[in-house]
Amino acid sequence: MKNKLVSAPYLVWMVVFILVPLVMVAYFAFTDNDGHFTLDYVSDVAQYTPIFIRSIWLALIATVICLVIAYPLAYILTGLKTESQSTMLMIVMLPMWMNFLLRTYAWMTLLGNNGLINSALGLLGLGPFKLLNTEGAVVLGMVYNYLPYMILPIYSVMVKIDKSILEAAADLGCNSRKTMLRVVFPLSMPGVFSGITMVFVPAISTFIISRMLGGGGNLLIGDLIEMQFLGNAYNMNLGAAISLVLMVIVLLIMSIMNQFSADEDGVVLM
Amino acid sequence: MNNIVTLKDIVVEFDGERILDKINLDIKDKEFVTLLGPSGCGKTTTLRIIGGFLNPDSGTVTFDGKNINGVPPYKRNVNTVFQRYALFPHLNVYDNIAFGLRVQKLPEKEISKRVAEMLNLVNLVGYEKRSIIRLSGGQQQRVAIARALVNRPKVLLLDEPLGALDLKLRKEMQIELKRMQEQLEITFIYVTHDQEEALTMSDTVVVMNGGKIQQIGSPVDIYNEPENAFVADFIGESNILNGLMVKDRLVEISGHRFECVDSGFGENVSVDVVIRPEDITLVDPEKAHINGIVESVIFKGVHYEMLIDAYDFRWIVHSTKAAEKGSSVGINFAPDDIHIMHKSKDISAHREETVNEE
Repeated sequence: MKNKLVSAPYLVWMVVFILVPLVMVAYFAFTDNDGHFTLDYVSDVAQYTPIFIRSIWLALIATVICLVIAYPLAYILTGLKTESQSTMLMIVMLPMWMNFLLRTYAWMTLLGNNGLINSALGLLGLGPFKLLNTEGAVVLGMVYNYLPYMILPIYSVMVKIDKSILEAAADLGCNSRKTMLRVVFPLSMPGVFSGITMVFVPAISTFIISRMLGGGGNLLIGDLIEMQFLGNAYNMNLGAAISLVLMVIVLLIMSIMNQFSADEDGVVLM
Repeated sequence: MNNIVTLKDIVVEFDGERILDKINLDIKDKEFVTLLGPSGCGKTTTLRIIGGFLNPDSGTVTFDGKNINGVPPYKRNVNTVFQRYALFPHLNVYDNIAFGLRVQKLPEKEISKRVAEMLNLVNLVGYEKRSIIRLSGGQQQRVAIARALVNRPKVLLLDEPLGALDLKLRKEMQIELKRMQEQLEITFIYVTHDQEEALTMSDTVVVMNGGKIQQIGSPVDIYNEPENAFVADFIGESNILNGLMVKDRLVEISGHRFECVDSGFGENVSVDVVIRPEDITLVDPEKAHINGIVESVIFKGVHYEMLIDAYDFRWIVHSTKAAEKGSSVGINFAPDDIHIMHKSKDISAHREETVNEE
């Protein structure tokens, strides 16, 4: 009884701010301006398939790069002294204290044709290269902004692995490479999966990063949706339909991943 | 018999503190050796040095005639049963036991044969597919033992393996471990702070305190002939008194002279005198030199434990017959129940430690 009372505010929150909006998105996706049921908008989404594919592809690349950077870093972190660990973690978190827009603007000034990087290269007689307004710049922005969300869950799972388990592996004949492969890696999978989720989902739906670093030519689903609500293409129903399709795609990808992780007997944040 | 493990002048220091102070120890092949001592005495550190998890600051470790200083754990023919088992939570019972064999890349057929042997040995047949987290403490313990023994090590290291089990299970496992050790003919090096466990299972007991070895001997030797007051106090309860060795076979305790069986201490030398509580008989006050008042009587199951206040010393007495609380009694013991030891500094240090822990 007491538990129910305590959970009541959360329940209300979830209904008002999560469930109702979801239902509204679904409602607008399947109705026209007059409120009549229609599949037009959902079927219209098909014409944006290239943008969907580009979004998934870029988000995937960014996620893989984040994983490749974050995993060894998290492993190295767990090997440090406790004080060094907290210092290093703080450095990892530091960019997150700054405004997201500001961070992305900073990359614009770095990557621009007259930006810092091209100026430096110019001194060496190279360039200028087109760095800004490329797919590469978008991926860079995603990696830079979402990397901490990959590092933290992997680190927090790894740091909980009992040192005596690693000693047991050594005792049973594993050198450090085999210990990594046979023990650390499987035990850290839950962290890897939640890291992937926490990077992939915001990356696939971002619109700021693609707008600022990708220019007009690298439109992502996020931009497309935003345009339907705030841009001149104003079309709320189409926007809702695109959002719905995106949601279904993300859910599909996540459940495929959960299939893999279920074998590892782990719990995945979804 | 050959020595399988030899430690020579092992020193380990940590933050300037000496954890092990020149440990010298020979462990014979196929022997059940127990390192016994209070927490912080260096017994686990000694075990970790043999396992290769820790390198000594100085001294040499010899295994089967070869110096193995600096050889990493995965290259040693030694396996360990860890204190809290350290089983792999992502693997089931079978895969945990098979782990070491898979690392060696043995054929699966051979692996399944040897794992089945082990499951049989530790009474876990039928649990192959069970998840580790769904096992009881006792079952996890058995998996840990099987996982180590399946590799057929020459030496098995056990770090307080029964500490987390309840009393009844602990007693059963003590007997089983001893059975396994005799059946497999492997050297067991066992670490515990439980003196009863050490006496039950071991061929040889190594009593340690303050990073030093206090005594090495058979359980009977350690119990009956403790070399110093620390050993006497740690192995079972004892009355440890200040005494004066008047001359050979004559000792003075509490102002009275008693015949004893020890000699060779010199004349008028201060000594520690140990008398076991179960060696004392309570008699009429007139019939004994030392008299006291019964301060408390506690029923302990097999016997009563009584505290006798004899003005300058409080005696612990174990007897199957209870004396009346508050009554006056005489304390009597035979000459060969008096154990004489050289004065050691360790006893006071240990006493303080015990007080602090309480």
